[in-house]
Amino acid sequence: MAEPLLAVRGLVKRFGGLLATDHLDLAVLPGELHALIGPNGAGKSTAIAQITGTLRPDAGSIRLAGEEIVPLHAAARVHRGMARTFQITQLLGDDTARDNVALAVQARLGHSFRFWRDARRDPALAAPAEALLDQVGLPESRRALPVADLSHGERKQIELAAALAAAPRLLLLDEPMAGLGAAESLRMTETLRGLKGRIGMLLVEHDMEAVFALADRISVLVYGRCIATGTADEIRRDPAVIAAYLSDEEGV
Amino acid sequence: MREHPARERAALLLLLAAAALLPFLATALGSPATVPLASRIVIYGIAAASLNLILGHGGLVSFGHAAFYGLGGYTVGILYAHLAPGDPFLGLIPGSNQLAVTLPAALLVGGLGAAAIGALSLRTSGVQFIMITLAFAQMLYFLFASLSAYGGDDGLSVRRPNLLGPLNLRDPATMYWVALGALALWLAFQRRLVRSRFGRVLEGIRQNEARVVASGIRPYPYKLAAFVIAGMGAALAGALMVNAMRFVSPDMLHWTKSGELMVMVILGGIGTLLGPVLGALALVVLETGLTALTENWQVVLGPILVVVVLFSQGGLAALFRRRPASDAPGAAGGRLPRLLSWRRRHG
Repeated sequence: MAEPLLAVRGLVKRFGGLLATDHLDLAVLPGELHALIGPNGAGKSTAIAQITGTLRPDAGSIRLAGEEIVPLHAAARVHRGMARTFQITQLLGDDTARDNVALAVQARLGHSFRFWRDARRDPALAAPAEALLDQVGLPESRRALPVADLSHGERKQIELAAALAAAPRLLLLDEPMAGLGAAESLRMTETLRGLKGRIGMLLVEHDMEAVFALADRISVLVYGRCIATGTADEIRRDPAVIAAYLSDEEGV
Repeated sequence: MREHPARERAALLLLLAAAALLPFLATALGSPATVPLASRIVIYGIAAASLNLILGHGGLVSFGHAAFYGLGGYTVGILYAHLAPGDPFLGLIPGSNQLAVTLPAALLVGGLGAAAIGALSLRTSGVQFIMITLAFAQMLYFLFASLSAYGGDDGLSVRRPNLLGPLNLRDPATMYWVALGALALWLAFQRRLVRSRFGRVLEGIRQNEARVVASGIRPYPYKLAAFVIAGMGAALAGALMVNAMRFVSPDMLHWTKSGELMVMVILGGIGTLLGPVLGALALVVLETGLTALTENWQVVLGPILVVVVLFSQGGLAALFRRRPASDAPGAAGGRLPRLLSWRRRHG
């Protein structure tokens, strides 16, 4: 087995008496789309927050391509090649799609202590931003509007484009399908399928259809720990998973 | 909507040229007292614009901006106090009455003060940040109030204002032109800054810090840099004000001064280029006009502020802004609004 791109070992997070992450082990291989599923309150968001660096774990290690990243600031992790999208999109609402993506492009190009040149007229920012918006399929006509005026699905597209601007090796996708309509969901599925093989992805998702269609491997999280990891078929047949999760929601 | 920086620049220069004619107008109208009043407005405009950089563009609600304004003022005052007796400040730094020396010194002192206060305050956010900036500014206020060597509570007179080469700031018109030049340079600098990559980060921090972090940018160094730049702007204003008033006192650092600057920004139009200057104009004119009517002028000022804030979201600058429906290039009144709003103009 190749060295994992992301290796989480013995991750622990306590909130008072609640063990939100209970010695979690998780590995994402290079180019793999790895889905993280589990019932509500299983600790998926808590795990993502620790991996991205917005929450500090109480114990355990998180390695990105072999490098320990727990001590690193969330922004430094982006520079190491780990980008993310949010369950509830976090964008600059007054700004356009172009501006939002251009900000991520300028972050990749180095520090932003540049005080003179007009950033909106800088082709070094505009050209990559446009290309990324093409890639996620946001129509040209929507790119000059304030993001706050766009639909939920369009904002999800913009967030994905901004994440790709970091040229990530690993992409953390926190419920990218949540709140999307059928057509939008299909479009997102296709976009993610196109990234498979090139970028490792950790996908947190409730849309089981999308998960089983996309994932190379699936990990099932219950009460903060991983109870099973395997291919879609293995997970479908796993008795522990059926008992804990799939039986109620999916009737498998 | 497309921006027209060239047209906007032309309109700004026209406005500046008109403002430069004021001393002649004042002489012609036989109202020489207008010139020092205009100097005060212009200088407050610089201070308010600098606060707007962090408050309006960075979303950092600093309630201690007067600290840097006062530091700039005291730099000029203390350098002057050491000039005549000839004993250097701290035994090292000789006194000076040359603006070419005192102004950079004020910028340096204001910048260092902002670096120290900002480095600590910016580790907090929200209400904590408001309170800690207020606390630091009040500490400096009490420090200067107790410095009896420099007048303590009573402040310090600067009997002879600074010289700038052959120019003497004692002349009200010269003082006004120097202040106006400083305002123009400051606004031009800030206009550039806000549009640069640095400005984009700052604007991002105001709107959504999580987005900035997710983009791979640590906000803290950018916040600190903006805080220092804003502190230097306030110090510039303070240094000029002491020359205009020929007096420096701890009142320059008092928290009510921080409040006044904040009122100017909000009244004029937060996050706009000329809004803070408009706010300074409105506040000084209201204060001057109302004090002539009643001693308790603030009783009248309060309700006016409430009305402006309630009914013109975006401050006075918003009154000049066109509605989105008529938002087409070349429409009547198309110049000024663009100067006053560059943030929400995509609609």
